Amino acid sequence: MSLEILTFSFMHRALISGIAIAILCSVVGLFLVLRRYSLFGDAIAHSSFGGIALGLLAGVYPLWTAYGVSIASALIITKIKDRYNISGDASIAVLLSSGIAVGLVIIGLSGGFTIDIFSFLFGSILLISVDDTVLILALTGVILIVILILYRQILYSTFNEEQAKVSGIPVEKINYLIVFMAGITVVTSIQLVGVLLISALFVIPNVTAIMYGKGFKQTAIISMSFSIFSVVVGILLSYIFDITPAGTIVLLAISLLAGTMGIKSSGLLSKN
Amino acid sequence: MLKIVEIDNLTVQYPDVKALDNVSFEVNQGDFLGIIGPNGAGKSTLFDAMLGLNTKYKGTIKFFGEDIRKSKNYLKEIGYVPQKPIFEKNFPVTVTDVVRMGLRNETDENKIDEVLQQLWMHELRNRIIGELSGGQQQRVFIAKALITNPKILILDEPVTGIDQQSIDLFYSILRELNSKQKITIIWSSHDLDAVNQLANHVACLNRTLFFHGESEKFFSNDELVKQYSEASMQEHMHHH
Repeated sequence: MSLEILTFSFMHRALISGIAIAILCSVVGLFLVLRRYSLFGDAIAHSSFGGIALGLLAGVYPLWTAYGVSIASALIITKIKDRYNISGDASIAVLLSSGIAVGLVIIGLSGGFTIDIFSFLFGSILLISVDDTVLILALTGVILIVILILYRQILYSTFNEEQAKVSGIPVEKINYLIVFMAGITVVTSIQLVGVLLISALFVIPNVTAIMYGKGFKQTAIISMSFSIFSVVVGILLSYIFDITPAGTIVLLAISLLAGTMGIKSSGLLSKN
Repeated sequence: MLKIVEIDNLTVQYPDVKALDNVSFEVNQGDFLGIIGPNGAGKSTLFDAMLGLNTKYKGTIKFFGEDIRKSKNYLKEIGYVPQKPIFEKNFPVTVTDVVRMGLRNETDENKIDEVLQQLWMHELRNRIIGELSGGQQQRVFIAKALITNPKILILDEPVTGIDQQSIDLFYSILRELNSKQKITIIWSSHDLDAVNQLANHVACLNRTLFFHGESEKFFSNDELVKQYSEASMQEHMHHH
């Protein structure tokens, strides 16, 4: 039993895609958390629900419509937020509820397709196809390369917008780029943990890693390690015990956070 | 004398108030200019316009003879140290990470150590920025500003909320940068004594510019000093 599960090809696909998504969510999420945009992933995920419903209604592969709707609504809400000076948390609330509302209306109009919707709400990593795995790897690769190339500019404009502007960094373009990449990351990750739990992967490993009080690269590496650990162990445990992978992954991430809090409050985690 | 900055009839109108009214002055290479004025005098407004952060102004601002509306290249020659840099206290960046942000070219990595040594910050290079004292943080931001070898250093009330010992160290660093490295410094401050000791030119701003010239001329003119002190005293009482 123990090693046998590693020989199944569906398990290979699940683990490979899971690790890619773990890295992607942790890196993109770190910038969102540091920008006080932690719930943005959640909002995009909810708006993707509208996109998924649209795809199912139109008979198009739902993730494609989800990409379109999520990226568009993320960019639009960012524009509206800047133009009308709406606070970050309020704009997230607007985005979040409008996505769900659109989804519900479309589902109502179509007479309901509950089974398909269910797998998008809670993820279905063990059912992932070869094509999806390739797509996940390709998107992860592209986004990580973009972040590596623009690493200094993205970090600087996250740290202090005004100073970054004076240093000649196109801060507004960088902001839109981050929102765009967050949109892609969310939809790509839906298959792993589903719409409802996506922000857990964005936020929890990063909040945990930040508690170790290290520099930026080390914090990113700690976050990625925790994220990969939660996803890999979560997928394996969920298969062995026949429980939902999404819930198991998120609970593992939360227990790493709780453990870190415990170590920190016991004084074992010294700075530097 | 090479003119580095030329500001001509600069006016900034906010919806409810004229923040700057027809301000004109020049800064020459090697000047150490202290800009003084009470709270709300328009010092930060002036810097925002000079740094390209606010483009809604009337008049012209030239750096190195070129209108800043036409080209942003001048920003490469500027090191900017803001009043109170805003960031999350637990933002996971070390001193080295912060200084590295100032780099325009990845190949200049060696310079980080050099600049940190110059500012006595080398031993703290792996510390998280949020754990440092206000004075230490301010030195990190100077290091970040200096990493590109700027010709001009612009500092917006850089010692607000910093202890006296750190302020003294900070001032001696500024003096050395101006006298030894010939960096032109434009610095806004509340501290008249410090301006008297450090700056060789003074601009006295209260929405309009009511004095600009050599600091000796300002400080030897009791009437001007008195006027300034009264204006800032009124401001002070107004705030309490």
